[in-house]
Amino acid sequence: MRAAMNTKRNLVTAALVAPAAAWLFVFLVLPFVAMLVFAFGERAPEGGYQAAFTFAQFANLPTRATAFWNTLLLAPAGALLCLVVAYPTAYHLAVKANPRYRLILVSLVVVPFWTSLLVRTYAWMYILGSRGIPNLLAMVGIEDVRLLNTPGAVLLGIVYGYLPLMIMPIYVSLEKLDRRLLEASADLGAKPVSTFFGVTLPLSLPGVMTGVALVTILLLGEYLIPQLLGGGKVFFIGNALVDLFLQSRNWPFGSAIAVTLVAVVVVVLMVAMRIAWRVAGTRQVDLV
Amino acid sequence: MRAFISSVYLFLYAPIALVVLFSFNAGRSASEFTGFSTDWYGKALGNTFLVSALQNSLIIAFTSAALAAVFGTMAALGMERLGARMRALFDALFAAAIVVPGVVIGIATLVALVAVFSFLNPALAALWPGDRPPQLGLGYGSIIAAHGLFSMALVTMIVKARIASLGRDIVEASSDLYATPLTTFRLIVLPQILPSILAGFLLAFTFSFDDFIIAFFVAGSKTTLPIYVFASIRRGVTPEINAIATLVLFASLLLILTARILMREKRSKSGE
Repeated sequence: MRAAMNTKRNLVTAALVAPAAAWLFVFLVLPFVAMLVFAFGERAPEGGYQAAFTFAQFANLPTRATAFWNTLLLAPAGALLCLVVAYPTAYHLAVKANPRYRLILVSLVVVPFWTSLLVRTYAWMYILGSRGIPNLLAMVGIEDVRLLNTPGAVLLGIVYGYLPLMIMPIYVSLEKLDRRLLEASADLGAKPVSTFFGVTLPLSLPGVMTGVALVTILLLGEYLIPQLLGGGKVFFIGNALVDLFLQSRNWPFGSAIAVTLVAVVVVVLMVAMRIAWRVAGTRQVDLV
Repeated sequence: MRAFISSVYLFLYAPIALVVLFSFNAGRSASEFTGFSTDWYGKALGNTFLVSALQNSLIIAFTSAALAAVFGTMAALGMERLGARMRALFDALFAAAIVVPGVVIGIATLVALVAVFSFLNPALAALWPGDRPPQLGLGYGSIIAAHGLFSMALVTMIVKARIASLGRDIVEASSDLYATPLTTFRLIVLPQILPSILAGFLLAFTFSFDDFIIAFFVAGSKTTLPIYVFASIRRGVTPEINAIATLVLFASLLLILTARILMREKRSKSGE
C-alpha cells in the first residue's frame, strides 16, 4: 500500500517537472553541446559549419581582441558608473524618502527596466544624434559637436539602461537594515558620517555586490547599446557575434567566441559569489 | 540630495518623454516642435510590414508566455517534491537560463536547430509519401522555444517564491479533513498562487514582446516588432519610429504595471 502510494507520488512529481525538464534539455543543454561542437569545427567554404576537430577557432580569438577589451573594460566601468548613481538613489528611497510615497517612487524606478531596451536606447540615439543636442548647440553657435558613436555615448546608454537593475538590490538590502543599529550608533556618539561608513555601508554591501554582478554579467552580452550608440566604432563581443553569425557566416569561430563569453560570465559570477560569501550571506534579488 | 534624486528621475524619464512628445510632432524635426498631429500614428498603423510584425510579436509573446506559465508553475510545484540533488540541478539549469546572455542563447539555439534540421529534413523527404515533404525551418517555433526558456525560468522563480511563503499548515489541515490532493490543490493552493502565475505570465509576455537579440538570431525570415523597429532605426531616425516606440512603450508599461499590482496583492495578503 505504502509502496503503491509512493510510486503514484513519484509519477505525479515526474509528470509535473517533465515538460520543463524536456524544455531545459532540448533548448538549453543540447544547444550548448551543439555550440561546443561547432566551436571545434571548421567554417564550410560557403559559410556555416563543417565537421572537424581543431583548436584553430580558439587560436583565432586574438583577432577579435578589440571586442573583448571593449567589453571587459566598458562593462565593469558601466556597472561602477551605475553604482555611483544608484547608491545615493537607493539610500534616499530606503532611508530618507517619505514612507507614504516610497512604493510609488520605487515603482517609478523599476518600471523602465521592464520597458523595451531598444526603445529606451533609441531615445538617446534621438537625443544625441545630429538633429538633437548637437543641433541645439549649433543654434547657439557651438558647431560640429559629436556625441553619438563615442565611448561616452555607450557609457551613458549603459547607465540609462541598467540603472534600475542596480538600484533595486541595493534598495532591498538598505530597506532590510535594522534601524535600531543606526540609533545605537548615534546613541554611542557616532557622527552621521561614521554611522554611514561604519554601519550602513557594510550592511548594504551584499546588495551592492548583487547589483554590480548582475549588471556586469548582463553587460558582457550587450549588443544593442554599443550598436546604436557606438555606431560600429565602439563594439562589444555581442556585436562581433552578430557579425560572425549573420554577416560573415563564420559559425565555428562565432561559436568559439560565444563559448569564451560564457566562460567569462562564469568566472565573473564565481568571483562575485566568492566575494558575496565573504561579505555576508547571499541575498535574493527582487527584480519586480 | 533632493536635487540629485530629482535629477535621477528626470534622467530616467526625460528621454522617454521626449520620444513620446515628438511622436506627436507635425514636422520631421527632432529638436523643434512645430505643431500637434497624430499623422505619424496613422502612417505607422497603415504600414502593413509594421502591422504584420506586431501580429507576429503578439502571437509569439502570448504562446511562449502561456506555455511558460503552465509548465513553469508545474515545475515549481513538482520541484517541491523532488529530492535535494534533483532540485539543485533544476535550480542550476533555471539560473543558467536567466544568467546566460541572450546573444549566447540565440546563437546556441540557432546552431542546434540548424544542425537538427539538416538531419531531419532529408530524413523527412525520404520518408514522406507525397512529393512535397514539409521543410522544417526557423520561425515562430524557434522563437517561442528560445523565449519560452527564459520565461519558464522566470515563472518558476516567481511561483516558487510564492509557494515557499505559503503556510504548510493550511495544506495539512485540508488533507486532515479528507480532501484529496487534487481538491486541496484546486481549493487551497491554486487560489493563493494564481496572482503570482498571472504576474509571471505578464512579465514573460513583456520579456518576449520586448526581446530583440534572441529573436534576431532565430527568427529566420519572420519579423518581430523589435526586429522591425531595429531595421527602421538603421535606415534613419524618423518621427514614425517615435510613434511606434511610443506604442511599444505604452504596451509594456500597461503589462508591467498590471504585473506589479498582482504581485503587490500577493505581498500584502501574505502580510509582508
